[in-house]
Amino acid sequence: MMTEKIFLQIINSLRAEATEEVSLDSPEREPILSSEPSPAVTPVTPTTLIAPRIESKSMSAPVIFDRSREEIEEETNGDVFDIEIGVSDPEKVGDGMNAYMAYRVTTKTSLSMFSKSEFSVKRRFSDFLGLHSKLASKYLHVGYIVPPAPEKSIVGMTKVKVGKEDLSSTEFVEKRRAALERYLQRTVKHPTLLQDPDLRQFLESSELPRAVNTQALSGAGILRMVNKAADAVNKMTIKMNESDAWFEEKQQQFENLDQQLRKLHAHVEALVCHRKELSANTAAFAKSAAMLGNSEDHTALSRALSQLAEVEEKIDQLHQEQAFADFYLFSELLSDYIRLIAAVKGVFDHRMKCWQKWEDAQITLLKKRETEAKMMVANKPDKIQQAKNEIREWEAKVQQGERDFEQISKTIRKEVGRFEKERVKDFKTVIIKYLESLVQTQQQLIKYWEAFLPEAKAIA
Amino acid sequence: MSPFVSSSLHPLPGCRAPSIPQEGLDDGPDFLSEEDRGLKAINVDLQSDAALQVDISDALSERDKVKFTVHTKSSLPNFKQNEFSVVRQHEEFIWLHDSFVENEDYAGYIIPPAPPRPDFDASREKLQKLGEGEGSMTKEEFTKMKQELEAEYLAIFKKTVAMHEVFLCRVAAHPILRKDLNFHVFLEYNQDLSVRGKNKKEKLEDFFKNMVKSADGVIVSGVKDVDDFFEHERTFLLEYHNRVKDASAKSDRMTRSHKSAADDYNRIGSSLYALGTQDSTDICKFFLKVSELFDKTRKIEARVSADEDLKLSDLLKYYLRESQAAKDLLYRRSRSLVDYENANKALDKARAKNKDVLQAEMSQQLCCQKFEKISESAKQELIDFKTRRVAAFRKNLVELAELELKHAKGNLQLLQNCLAVLNGDT
Repeated sequence: MMTEKIFLQIINSLRAEATEEVSLDSPEREPILSSEPSPAVTPVTPTTLIAPRIESKSMSAPVIFDRSREEIEEETNGDVFDIEIGVSDPEKVGDGMNAYMAYRVTTKTSLSMFSKSEFSVKRRFSDFLGLHSKLASKYLHVGYIVPPAPEKSIVGMTKVKVGKEDLSSTEFVEKRRAALERYLQRTVKHPTLLQDPDLRQFLESSELPRAVNTQALSGAGILRMVNKAADAVNKMTIKMNESDAWFEEKQQQFENLDQQLRKLHAHVEALVCHRKELSANTAAFAKSAAMLGNSEDHTALSRALSQLAEVEEKIDQLHQEQAFADFYLFSELLSDYIRLIAAVKGVFDHRMKCWQKWEDAQITLLKKRETEAKMMVANKPDKIQQAKNEIREWEAKVQQGERDFEQISKTIRKEVGRFEKERVKDFKTVIIKYLESLVQTQQQLIKYWEAFLPEAKAIA
Repeated sequence: MSPFVSSSLHPLPGCRAPSIPQEGLDDGPDFLSEEDRGLKAINVDLQSDAALQVDISDALSERDKVKFTVHTKSSLPNFKQNEFSVVRQHEEFIWLHDSFVENEDYAGYIIPPAPPRPDFDASREKLQKLGEGEGSMTKEEFTKMKQELEAEYLAIFKKTVAMHEVFLCRVAAHPILRKDLNFHVFLEYNQDLSVRGKNKKEKLEDFFKNMVKSADGVIVSGVKDVDDFFEHERTFLLEYHNRVKDASAKSDRMTRSHKSAADDYNRIGSSLYALGTQDSTDICKFFLKVSELFDKTRKIEARVSADEDLKLSDLLKYYLRESQAAKDLLYRRSRSLVDYENANKALDKARAKNKDVLQAEMSQQLCCQKFEKISESAKQELIDFKTRRVAAFRKNLVELAELELKHAKGNLQLLQNCLAVLNGDT
């Protein structure tokens, strides 16, 4: 219908203007809605105040961060939040299928929001998942990139439960411990999430209510899967009128980045695999060379061959350590970012959904106005009043929809900026560390071969 | 000789032999250096002898065969000229080797092991696959992989040339074998020797011969030798041969894994490059630098793998074949001992019956002579074998260590330089 189209165009142009208005304003203060004490700052209420949305389901409202304070912190600390998290000492608790691994979560901090400067608690994997679930439900839909929690592994955990004390279950536990640590470190680095009371409770309180909804096969788990599927279908049907090229550009960029990271990740995984193979083959060769040395009847050559066997054994160790670095530094970095980008994509999707809601509200408003017009023509006074009420209701909803959309767009822009900065830093730091591991390997190799060379020369 | 390119994906029209260094296929002259020129002496400690010098001066790789140019320099009167070349194929080398083995007069010598058949099948298959998959990868990736496979092909080619050359040099260095008529024909006759490969029947005969030999080998080696030297050698060789076989196989696997890891570096480098060119933030410079590092370090790793292959795997493989040839010698000696003992028994019988005594005496004399002749030359051969073996191992182990050191130092420098740049930027 022509009128609808024109109406929507008007709305779009209004929206574009509104976005511009927002960005031209000096830092605004959003009202604090939680019961938590806030730093004393005089509230400023500019005209385009955007109220945050309160999730009715959550127990505690999200604390809206103080932008000016964050800016100050960023400038003075260079975006360093003085908090350090360690996850350590995996310990098996209980036996049989009810057993689980408990991890020690240690926090070291100088931030005043915490009661102590160093403290630790015991947490299990489902606690981490529970934390993520809470944070996601509060912040994802308003545009915050909530770091994803490590993945569940039914096979891995079953092995541990059943009590397999072999190498693969030890590796599994170590892999998980490292992933949990990285997860927490990323989460606390996020200025908004750091303020969240659930996060604080997770880090501080000795007892935590068990998060049952995180079990894969629970009712909630299945509901989650169904919702995810429904979301995927919805995404395909939403055709958003993107007026902001930035978002389209960014989405494309993330799509490309995702593809590239996946490719790189596959290659690095292959490297880890081959390195492990190399290590095993080197060990086998070392043994074989030792045997050969034993049967060699020329004394000096026999000794040299035994030395060669020893060198190869040491080199095997080196390969193992390098494979470790290949995996924990390089490969895990990539897989973390692949999942983080999925979270970023999720946030973009939420914006689309938000837009859709706004659109729907506008369409409904239009319908209500038509109804009113019809009622006017038909001259039914009581129906007219009802129509007028509905129109008021939906006008408010349209306004709210617009505000939400603008808010989420704004948040996403900031989050993406922050994410990109973090990403650059992360990659640089980790890759440099990885290269340093390669340096160490080469230095060791030099040592070993330098020791062997005179032995080889001594064969007479 | 014009190079013959038989398929569109044939990488190297007319591969040249090691004596002429290859440009552009490997980085940096220092990575190529000695190996290429010294391949002749890699496994065997040879004295260069003006009387007879043989080498493979050129080689051509065609679709399914390799043509070796065998070049001879000799001051011996047997040859028409002092210097001449002929073209030979693998089957002709095998013919020559087999003629030595079948010659009774050479029973007392370690026959230099035949060179293995040139096997480019795996490499060719990979090139084929690459050609088919050309559409699915970027131009850079394709070029990189093509270079990789070409380098592999070249390495296999160089190796096969080296192994054929070593065989000839061993023969030329052997005081008796070098005088062999077939050998001279092989070196000089500039027409095709028309040596057909063994047909099915002959191959089957060979198979049974080998089976009988190994069954025999069990029986014969059960006889304890009176001579301590040979007793020791027999025990030693049996065990040594098995262990060399094992070490050779494990070394092979190790070098292959090393190569796989190096290939992964290649792909990682490409991926990082793609990331670097696509990224919008200042990390793209970083990615490009790291991509460059991976490309360079990969070349070094590939070299490490190739050198390990050459100095370790090939060494072990060669001594696997040589120890087998030594075992064959021991077997022939044992066989002649059995013949001698049987001739003795026959003589005793004849004397007892007083029938055909002269004949039996002559036969026994012959067997005795044969046995003693074999024993004498075998002893020398086995001593020489040990000397050669020790020298070859020493040479290769020293070179291996030196090369590993060189590469590790090269790698280290690359990494440290890269880190300096990266740390300076951030």
